Amino acid sequence: MTAAPSFPPQYLAILILILFGIGFGAVTLYVGRFFRMSRPYHEKLVAYESGNEPTAEPRMRFSVKFYLIAILFVVFDVEAIYLYPWAVTYDRQGLFALVEMFIFIFLLLAGYVYAWKKETFQWEK
Amino acid sequence: MNAITWATFEPLLPEMLLVCTGLVLIGLDLFAEKTREVLPWLTVLGCVTVLGMVLGERNVSAFGGMFLTDSYGVFFKVISLLSVIMATLMGEHYRRVHGLRHGEYYALMVFAATGMLIMASAGDLMVLYLGLELMALSVYCLVGMNKREAVSAEAAIKYFLMGVFASAIMLFGMSLVYGLTGSTSIAEIARFTARTGLAENPALLAALGLMIAAFCFKVAVAPFHFWTPDVYEGAPTMVTAFMSVGPKAAGFAVFGRVLVSGFPELQPHWGSLLAILALLTMAVGNITALVQTSIKRMLAYSAIAHAGYSLLGVLAGTADGLSATMSYLLIYGFMNMGAFAILVLLSSRGAHHESLDDYRGLAKNHPLAAVLMLIFMFSLTGIPPTAGFIGKFYLLRAALGAGYTGTVIGAVIFSAISAYFYLRVVRNMYMSEPEGELDFSYSPGISAVLGLALLGVVGLGLLPGTIIGRAASALLGQ
Repeated sequence: MTAAPSFPPQYLAILILILFGIGFGAVTLYVGRFFRMSRPYHEKLVAYESGNEPTAEPRMRFSVKFYLIAILFVVFDVEAIYLYPWAVTYDRQGLFALVEMFIFIFLLLAGYVYAWKKETFQWEK
Repeated sequence: MNAITWATFEPLLPEMLLVCTGLVLIGLDLFAEKTREVLPWLTVLGCVTVLGMVLGERNVSAFGGMFLTDSYGVFFKVISLLSVIMATLMGEHYRRVHGLRHGEYYALMVFAATGMLIMASAGDLMVLYLGLELMALSVYCLVGMNKREAVSAEAAIKYFLMGVFASAIMLFGMSLVYGLTGSTSIAEIARFTARTGLAENPALLAALGLMIAAFCFKVAVAPFHFWTPDVYEGAPTMVTAFMSVGPKAAGFAVFGRVLVSGFPELQPHWGSLLAILALLTMAVGNITALVQTSIKRMLAYSAIAHAGYSLLGVLAGTADGLSATMSYLLIYGFMNMGAFAILVLLSSRGAHHESLDDYRGLAKNHPLAAVLMLIFMFSLTGIPPTAGFIGKFYLLRAALGAGYTGTVIGAVIFSAISAYFYLRVVRNMYMSEPEGELDFSYSPGISAVLGLALLGVVGLGLLPGTIIGRAASALLGQ
């Protein structure tokens, strides 16, 4: 391995891409001002076509229960993600992988039992 | 593929046992409500067993150098486990007085301990991060344990938001280091930096800066300390006691490991940076503590100040300095746990008695509690023959030996300033008339904590050679 310079040249392309991305956005937004017409009237400013008139602010408080469900979903989502590569390479890993996966699933199951017993799955308590 | 045998897992056994203990605790709490009385003792039993296993660990490098059970790690593991044991015993008292209903307290404590043990053994940035997050997530929950209390919930949210932000900064630094050196192994990073002369690379310096910022956040070093007073004040007292000792020691374990083993070539850079931060931390902690009226908040600022003292050993970057930091953290663990145990002892249902005024005339009605508090306050100030003096002495000597004279002078001055607020508690206890009647009783748990802390503070103060020798041999054997 050779000494790494302070700015590796392989990354130059990424820098150029970033600058181009920023530049393209800025230029198109700015240049458009000279070509587009600006004639606002009431019909144009209301909700677009079949949209409804807004009745309330979109940022409202909603129950913390939704977050609990979301968190529990993440747990099992991660389990599924972990199971896929395991299943693909299972025939090469042998008994060790099987035991390992069972320990992993057991730990997740413990969490599941905990959530169940704490009545997380009951919407109305 | 290498054969996976029992020997592969052997170095991980203490951590595995801790996880099993945690699962059993959760299970018992869920399905056998009558066993709640036993949970703290079961936790203590598990932790003491693990402590024994940790002390008997051989120096191995497991999982391809990712997990090191060297004596440096073992020393920090001992501090972490002691803090968990003492906090659990305090929880036992808290349960009696305040009716702590959450059995999860003990399980979370044990999981936090697992994280700290992994951090202390981490030989790889990824393992380090894994342990750190395991510890941090458990501690976020512990802080917010009294979820019906607004201050506790506020503290948990604050700690969580700031904590994940610091973790993200740390990951950013780690990813830069990986990009530059091609490895996440701490030893490999040091080798690569030395071989290729990467030490002056600005990107590496930026990465180091990001990681130092995140570590400073975790151990509450100024200017990354702003979360500390609010979180320490809002958390239940025994959780505060635990946070100020266990996670802080684990934070210093990775601090020392990454800087001294991973970036020894960059010592001139991080040494002088940490010297400034240490001075700033001692100034902020000690000066702000002067005006506090709540003892808990005062101890929070004192914890910041002590993080500054502990940095003195790390910034030297020598074996001498690190061993001074290690022994100081152990000593600090005993004296801080002791002081917080008095706070827990004095609190009663509905009233926390955390104000300085609550300690007026304590010596008259409760001489034993007062004399214990006196010893812990003397030790926190650094007055001989308590252990606090010995710890500070070795830290100052190490920093002086490494040539940081200005920082050492600052440390001595701020240490003298700190005497004012520590001894103000003593003055209130001994030289004022009692205002109200404090009603409390000693439970087995709190008595055990106070006994352990007293033994540590006085024992290490009178026989300092044992602990310093152990810390030094831990480093030389590395």
